[in-house]
Amino acid sequence: MEQIVFYVLAAVALLASFGVIGQRNPMHSVMLLIVSFGAYAGLYVLLDAPFTAVTQIIIYAGAIMVLFLFVVMLLNAHTEDDMVPATIGPRTMKIGVVLSLALVGEVAYALLKIARTDFGTDAGTVSSIKDVGHIGSMLYTSYSFAFEVTSILILVSMVGAVVIAGKPRKDR
Amino acid sequence: MVTLNHYLILSGLLFCVGTAGVFLRRNLITVLLSVEIMLNAVNITFVAAGRYHGSVDGQIITFFVMTVAAAEAAVGLALVIALFRHRETLSPDAFTSLKW
Repeated sequence: MEQIVFYVLAAVALLASFGVIGQRNPMHSVMLLIVSFGAYAGLYVLLDAPFTAVTQIIIYAGAIMVLFLFVVMLLNAHTEDDMVPATIGPRTMKIGVVLSLALVGEVAYALLKIARTDFGTDAGTVSSIKDVGHIGSMLYTSYSFAFEVTSILILVSMVGAVVIAGKPRKDR
Repeated sequence: MVTLNHYLILSGLLFCVGTAGVFLRRNLITVLLSVEIMLNAVNITFVAAGRYHGSVDGQIITFFVMTVAAAEAAVGLALVIALFRHRETLSPDAFTSLKW
């Protein structure tokens, strides 16, 4: 049963990702990426990580992808796509395909080296990693410095985004 | 039985799809979306490894990766808007000069 669910979710994630890079219309790409993120959330539930599944939906599908959608609509990018070819030229295309396939080969070679490793099914461990309270207390104790740094990062990127995308000054 | 290997292979494949998107596409927004695919592929590895070791560290790192991805998307899209304002195109080939 778990296996069937895994394969269905993995297939959805992979096919949607292929769709993202194969689409000419950026609007469709964003929508397909949201589909793919739904499948990721399902995979996180299978991995006993409900908190990550929920943040995946709320932050990624809900916030980041909406930001992308806004920019696509703001720039009217789906109407002017015909002027430039969607992909790079045939010669560079070949190089890109070769590089991507080389990466596939490297990853496959590395992954085939590892022995088959089953997940532990100890009920105590599973319930401890599922526990959102445990994640929260870890976040505010062991990882509190990283957490604070993250808040500064968000502030800086927020100010940076406003400065970069804001109205250009007339005196330059 | 779904093993750790299944998740690692899936994550590797998704990462390759994202890399191919960065190499092959000629639209700045799609390139940014491909980077998001790559970040998410790595997140699966983190969560699966955390599940394997029976610790929540993988999920916490995933949380930080998501925050950084949000910051990256915000700044990246702001750059796309600023570039589009200058050249009225989203093709990366249009932005080859360092100064104009």
